[in-house]
Amino acid sequence: MLGLPVQALQMLLVLALAPGLVGLVRKVKARLTRRRGPALVQPYRDLMRLMRKEAVVADSASWLFRAAPYLVFAATWVAAALVPTFAVGLPFSWTADLIAIVALLGSARFFLALAGMDVGTSFGGIGASREMMIGAIAEPAMLLTVFTLALVAGSTQLSAVVETMAAGVGLRVSLGMALVALLIVAIAENARIPVDNPATHLELTMVHEAMVLEYSGRHLAMIEIAAALKLLLYVALIGCVFVPWGLAVPGSGVAGHAVGLAAFLLKVAGAGILLAVFETAVAKMRVFRVPDFLGAALMLALLGTLLLFVSRSF
Amino acid sequence: MLDLALLATAGLLALGPIAAIVRRPGLAYIAAAALCALLALAGILAIGGTAARTILPLGLPWMGAHVRLDALAGFFLLLLGTGGAAASLYAVGYGRHEHAPGRVVPFYACFLGAMAIVLLADDAFSFLLGWELMSLLSWALVVADHRSGEARRAGYVYLVMAGFGTMALLLAFGLLAGPGGAYTFEAMAGVARTPGTAAAILLLMLLGAGSKAGLVPLHVWLPLAHPAAPSHVSALMSGVMTKVALYAFVRAVFELAGPVAWWASPLVLLVGAATAVMGILFALVDGDTKRVLAYSTIENIGVIFAALGLALAFRANGMAALAALALSAALFHAFNHMLFKSLLFMAAGAVLTATGHRDLDRLGGLIHRMPVTAFLALAGVVAIAALPPLNGFASEWLLFQGVLQSPELPQPALQFLVPAAGGMLALAAALAAACFVRFYGIAFLGRPRDAASAGAVEVDRWSLGAMAGLALLCLLAGIVPGAVLDLLAPAVEVAVGGRLPVQMGNAWLTIVPVAAAGSSYSGFLVLVFVAICALGSAGLVHRFASRRLRRAPAWDCGFPDDNPRAQYGAGSFAQPLRRVLGTTLLHARETVEMPPPGDLGPARHTATTEDLAWRHVYLPLAGAVERIAGRMNVLQFLTIRSYLSLVFVSLVLLLLGLALWN
Repeated sequence: MLGLPVQALQMLLVLALAPGLVGLVRKVKARLTRRRGPALVQPYRDLMRLMRKEAVVADSASWLFRAAPYLVFAATWVAAALVPTFAVGLPFSWTADLIAIVALLGSARFFLALAGMDVGTSFGGIGASREMMIGAIAEPAMLLTVFTLALVAGSTQLSAVVETMAAGVGLRVSLGMALVALLIVAIAENARIPVDNPATHLELTMVHEAMVLEYSGRHLAMIEIAAALKLLLYVALIGCVFVPWGLAVPGSGVAGHAVGLAAFLLKVAGAGILLAVFETAVAKMRVFRVPDFLGAALMLALLGTLLLFVSRSF
Repeated sequence: MLDLALLATAGLLALGPIAAIVRRPGLAYIAAAALCALLALAGILAIGGTAARTILPLGLPWMGAHVRLDALAGFFLLLLGTGGAAASLYAVGYGRHEHAPGRVVPFYACFLGAMAIVLLADDAFSFLLGWELMSLLSWALVVADHRSGEARRAGYVYLVMAGFGTMALLLAFGLLAGPGGAYTFEAMAGVARTPGTAAAILLLMLLGAGSKAGLVPLHVWLPLAHPAAPSHVSALMSGVMTKVALYAFVRAVFELAGPVAWWASPLVLLVGAATAVMGILFALVDGDTKRVLAYSTIENIGVIFAALGLALAFRANGMAALAALALSAALFHAFNHMLFKSLLFMAAGAVLTATGHRDLDRLGGLIHRMPVTAFLALAGVVAIAALPPLNGFASEWLLFQGVLQSPELPQPALQFLVPAAGGMLALAAALAAACFVRFYGIAFLGRPRDAASAGAVEVDRWSLGAMAGLALLCLLAGIVPGAVLDLLAPAVEVAVGGRLPVQMGNAWLTIVPVAAAGSSYSGFLVLVFVAICALGSAGLVHRFASRRLRRAPAWDCGFPDDNPRAQYGAGSFAQPLRRVLGTTLLHARETVEMPPPGDLGPARHTATTEDLAWRHVYLPLAGAVERIAGRMNVLQFLTIRSYLSLVFVSLVLLLLGLALWN
């Protein structure tokens, strides 16, 4: 019975791997701009350092400000643990389907935005307001993408979707549209260029960073881990749905799981490099251009869904 | 059970006059709470039992008043009883601050009784009598504070819209009665109808019940009237009265009208989805705590009606199990909305008591001054923003499962419309999250924006107890959704003749609405996992990393501003979405007045939005009525000969019409 250990391994794996992915993206971006860049393990060092420091909390902050980092982390981690990384059919995969995973990420955003408004500064408010604007368009786009996948697979259960996709459904227009929509949503949700700049500290261009501006020490560390987990979650989600090769199935033994693990590591590395190349190649857009960008995702996802209604074979 | 429900209803109706004589509002509210608890009990018992009917020697002579309690009425009675009991308990404390309790308590008790009459009525006359009583008593409660011009205007608009709604219902019951003049609901259900008549009944019910529930564009009275009433009445009007309207629609369209053709269902579906998006957009830009909640009621009613439209589409194609899925989602969401909207109106009432106003831009920081209210309101906003593991998500999830079954529908039109409506509902759900981050973040978090908020004190224990009870029910309905779904299965069966599979047998309280699809969700496990991860990580970090904490002034990128006005306000938070979605839908405009260089006058930025329903529907309508009335005015000043000739001409014309008809 490999189920429970595999589930536990998956939870720990995503946690251990998430900062590494962030480090990889930074490293590749640095190399592309002919810089040497920090070491791959720098995010781990940053997290350890933040963890050890004392937390400075604003005078006007309430208990919500101190509880939110743990809530955000927990919601993101549970969501990430439910996405198949290297094996499908995990014992707790029926706890929540794709819609619930989207909603768990929505909970994380909700509490982070509330925490941004808690101290009562203008930056916290601007970040929360813009984050909710981005979320308000990205979330329906994501849900329509989920509809497309669910219509192909006949279920919103992620395991069922992955099994259908792994069995081979061929090239379909609707799935192509869903992939593009999902990529746009992933970029927006993870505050990457061109929607937001994760490296910026130029006040008026930042969304996510403005929201968490008041955080320090262990609280900031929890939020950083949660952000890294979210990035890995989207990579794992796109990987398991659109590149479902090498995934271990229940009963495939230790060797099968080892293959799955290797395939997953390859997918994550590939996604990290592609993300870095993409981010280096494009420029950040103005905040009021973002709705157009996300609106394209919404329309693509809706078209993908409608195409499936025209014919199930599209 | 029927006797118990009738006794409790009679008790509530009698309590009104008694409360007018014996001036003890606290005791009256406790009695109302007890009677509501009895109604809820009767409702629960009725859901499991068989339908009971009886004829009371009241109402029209020789006809009597027919009453009946079946599973559908029982479910709504449970909803009314729960919401009514919570609002009454809250009012024991909240009512102490009322200027004139004599203007509220008597109407309040009778209002609860009138809603029970609507639910129990089994003939058109008792139904409409209860409906009109409900409208008029709630009007009296809206204008309880009759000195405020806002309340009087709200009361006037409400009265006009309620009159319009009842007229539509009257016509609907006229069609339902058929040529034979069926009087009881049982007889109406037996009348054979053409699809056209059934669709006409649906349209009239959509106008009649929809105007009471707040469907766009019949919603204009709701954001005026619900906030104008005292807060416990707002909770009842938003949480319960809109559900009574929902009951009227379900009873008339699903049960009495007989089979409704599939082409009538897109109307309900699209009106519902459009209502959901428009309602939440209005809520997102409004600056008044209670008006935000009233607009959000419109959104939730839209979600429920979209689910009803889906249920109609499935039922018209003979898919009873899927129709049951959509209708279960509608009723479950109705129950959830009663819970969290009552809770939030009570929290807004508590804030009103503590600070004396409802202006979002003058609140702030209440989480420090009113910690219990703030915590309970947080439960309310998480539930209404449809976030797991609370109940709002469970019902929205169920609705999305219904939307995903739409490929089963044979009509291409429906196959296109249902996912489009699903996208609109997803947009509404995401906007609701933004709206309630704004609502909670501005009112409860941050720093106080005026002296009243800075000096606010926590409200009394009755109010807190009522809110805590509702918050607990929100949690329970979220983690044990299967129990609620099993509870309302008999009610669903009355309306669509099918039911969901039994849910309570599933492992870990999971709900699996469609066995073939295998989609499942367990709110309980999500709660357990999130709680373990949050508490575990917090414990580990505090044990092994660092637990030191230092308080310091806010950082704010090095330039903190002490003026609390420098915080993000209600208008600034709404700005991005107001620009993106509001420019077309809300006609949002921004003007900047910049004084010329050298002038020391202030610069001004004004943002305006407007309800296009007023501009494009109501104002032209009111203008037309006024013009016609002006023209007809001459008829008042004719001589007796002219009047007689007018009578003669109209008589001839009518007879001519009759002759041509035959």
